[in-house]
Amino acid sequence: MSHAAIAEKPASTLRGASLPKWSPWAIAAGSVAVAVGIGLAAGLDSKVQWGLIAGLIFLVATYAIAASVEGRRQAKDRIATALVWVAFLIAVVPLVSLVWVTISRGVKVLNVYFLTHSMGIVADSQPGGGIYHAIIGSLEQVALATLIAAPVGILTAIYLVEYGRGKLARAVTFFVDVMTGVPSIVAGLFILSLMLIFKMEPFGFAGSLALAILMMPVVVRSTEEMLKLVPNELREASLALGVPKWRTILKVVLPTSIGGIMTGIMLSIARITGETAPVLLLVFGNRFINNNPFEGAQQSLPLYIYQQYAAGADASYDRAWAASLTLIAFVMILNLVARGIARWKAPKTGR
Amino acid sequence: MAKRIDVSGLSAYYGSFRAIEDISMTVEPRTVTAFIGPSGCGKSTFLRTLNRMHEVTSGGRVEGKVMLDDENLYGAGVDPVAVRREVGMVFQRPNPFPTMSVFDNVAAGLRLNGSYKKSELADVVEKSLKGANLWNEVKDRLNKPGSGLSGGQQQRLCIARAIAVEPKVLLMDEPCSALDPISTLAIEDLIGELKERFTIVIVTHNMQQAARVSDRTAFFNLAAVGQPGKLIEIDDTERIFSNPSVQATEDYISGRFG
Amino acid sequence: MDTSTEITDTPPPAPQSSAEQKRAARGATRPGDRIFLGLSRGSGIFLLVIMAAIAVFLTYRASLAISKDHGNFLTTFDWNATSIPPVFGIAVLAYGTVVSSIIAMVLAVPIAVAIALFLTHYAPRRLSGPIAYVIDLLAAVPSIVYGLWGALILVPHMNGLFGWLNDYFGWTGLFSWDQGAPRSMLTVGILLAIMILPIITNVSREVFRQVPQMHEEAALALGATRWEVIRMAVLPFGRSGVISASMLGLGRALGETMAVATVLSPDFLIHGSLLNPGGGTFAQNIASKFGEATEFGRDALIASGLVLFVITLLVNGAARMIIARRAEYSGANA
Repeated sequence: MSHAAIAEKPASTLRGASLPKWSPWAIAAGSVAVAVGIGLAAGLDSKVQWGLIAGLIFLVATYAIAASVEGRRQAKDRIATALVWVAFLIAVVPLVSLVWVTISRGVKVLNVYFLTHSMGIVADSQPGGGIYHAIIGSLEQVALATLIAAPVGILTAIYLVEYGRGKLARAVTFFVDVMTGVPSIVAGLFILSLMLIFKMEPFGFAGSLALAILMMPVVVRSTEEMLKLVPNELREASLALGVPKWRTILKVVLPTSIGGIMTGIMLSIARITGETAPVLLLVFGNRFINNNPFEGAQQSLPLYIYQQYAAGADASYDRAWAASLTLIAFVMILNLVARGIARWKAPKTGR
Repeated sequence: MAKRIDVSGLSAYYGSFRAIEDISMTVEPRTVTAFIGPSGCGKSTFLRTLNRMHEVTSGGRVEGKVMLDDENLYGAGVDPVAVRREVGMVFQRPNPFPTMSVFDNVAAGLRLNGSYKKSELADVVEKSLKGANLWNEVKDRLNKPGSGLSGGQQQRLCIARAIAVEPKVLLMDEPCSALDPISTLAIEDLIGELKERFTIVIVTHNMQQAARVSDRTAFFNLAAVGQPGKLIEIDDTERIFSNPSVQATEDYISGRFG
Repeated sequence: MDTSTEITDTPPPAPQSSAEQKRAARGATRPGDRIFLGLSRGSGIFLLVIMAAIAVFLTYRASLAISKDHGNFLTTFDWNATSIPPVFGIAVLAYGTVVSSIIAMVLAVPIAVAIALFLTHYAPRRLSGPIAYVIDLLAAVPSIVYGLWGALILVPHMNGLFGWLNDYFGWTGLFSWDQGAPRSMLTVGILLAIMILPIITNVSREVFRQVPQMHEEAALALGATRWEVIRMAVLPFGRSGVISASMLGLGRALGETMAVATVLSPDFLIHGSLLNPGGGTFAQNIASKFGEATEFGRDALIASGLVLFVITLLVNGAARMIIARRAEYSGANA
């Protein structure tokens, strides 16, 4: 027994004094009770503060009790557990609140009328109006962006995985990484600088271009990952049959990974649908329905939310929440469908 | 220092699946006991019940008693962390911590207790590396990453790491299966030396290895796939390999099976 | 990691005649092959052209504005690009962008790492799967929704916290509060933290999940407690992944526009206190000032956008270097 683990109890080296299983719950309950007491006594009106105080007492109490009963190593382990739980609970509060508030306030004015009418001549301070024009604008802009970004992104990924070597491929890889980090407003400013040079007024397609810039690197990355999952044996088997490389890629590699590629594209669509900043600069917003993305200012859902928020009236807040709920629902459905496809079409190989 | 292991009526489960059933055996201190048997017979699972590593896998659950000298590892109030300190383990694939140097790998277990002076630590590390027959090969690169060593060296590093905390028992789960013959020989020699100080239990797929290194051999088998593994017999190694008392053992050893 | 041999192969030896050699190496003599290679390589080059164009055009328009700036572009505490003569500078914006991002990182990274550990090592299995899924979805919530929530829900809830901070830490100066609306840098930082939390959590969780079982078992077998296993085997292995996750989050925080624009009540001063309203960030200033800007005003905003672009490039580059160096040392793939 030169450096045995537990020296306090020579009778048994395996049995340390340990707290009962229910002790974390008891300490948690105690801390909440004390925090409520302190909160009432000190007259703190914010429940958030009560929670923070409870969390703090919980951590300190856990460490003190565990250190005195079980020893320092166990105390550290317990405080790590406590910290991790507290961190989780702290994070849950705002995220749950976000979802809950959006749903509960969003359903207030969200109805068929809201979805099928534009703002038209409804003043921002008055109830009524809807988001039809914003939905049309968003759909058109996002669809055009996807038409540009998806082929370019997929082809670039094919280049990187199937052909890429040497300096060019390394440069592309590097700049795809860099491009992923370009803030959306910078992409908007880039298109804006072009529009300033050519003296153009805001229109929907300009927004699509900026969105396409944001979408491309995401598509490249996800497609690359999927192509890499295709086992090399498949390619070799096809090449060994005398199938040209481009047909191998089109007929063997892409079909094998198409589920994953679709998932990646849908997730990136979901991402750019929520982008506000470039749309604000390039599409400008419109109270009326404009079906033509190539001429005249359009509306888009995220921009509509911003403008309704900025209008600052109760009725416009209601519309902002309802539009938020619509936007979130759209994004979530895209996400769920994309994940569904991924699970359903997942290649059985790899991993 | 080395301790006796006394197992009685032990069964281990993965969820509702019973992987091994009703095993009883005694392992004497300062001996090498080898577990042999076909794949899936539960010998590795059984090994992992001896330091309570089995319950780490999700759904893992154990019934029965494992006495270490006179204490039940599965008794009420026993801390599995303390058990693992008493019963060290070496794994199938060498697993030095990739972000740690050779020195830090060996010192890792000691540092958990936190109360070591630098010189003390260096002494223990040197002693352990010498004990694992690795000192001469790594004494000039103690601060290099442990993952930079060869496979055989990595495995001996893991042995050094395990014996640095002075366990009473050393469990080895197919320690040579990922190694080349020369590294295997080095580990086998090492096992012979280590049994002076520790009780050693080794799982192996290689029957010659069992015959070479062990004093006692236990043969495990299972009736069919999906059935729990059972201990068929345990006896002196010489006897198992020359004149086993159960027909199944003889079939397995002579290669008529599995 | 079983990538195709095409990319793991070392490049072919130096070509005598590069076109001929390329063709030989790939057998790309068929028209179909040549067209396909051309298309895919062309797309890659197109991406490079876009990046170059972003840099060139932003710089060009920015230079138009900066050359006529009667203030100092780097140090002036003002943004009057439409006045005559125009006076504008990015000092306040740079300060605000950095400060709000630092607050966001300080709050979000530890919590995100803790949640990632919670999901991989602490939560009951039945709980961790669904929670991870929900957090995944939360990462997709558009920033404007966070902005709306931040402005209408979070801001009113900050009063209590601000009062408390002012009472106990007001003496530091950093947390003194004049009872103004809590539309300040701290609120922005907290909102940004909430926004980037799901992203950092997700990537970190992925990384922690990939820690090989055998490293964790090695630590367990040495008699490590759960926390010690995490310290010995999980965190060192996941460090570079957590860094890159954090940089991803930092990139988001630096460039975030709408959430800041809705929450912050901006001005062009650098405030000693994080609790008093005021200040601004690059992205927020562009969004707020854009509506009323003339063509010259837009060029001035483009100039500030160029600075933001450069900052995000530097952050990205730094992250990549950190990761590369870490990967070399750890030898995790050995």
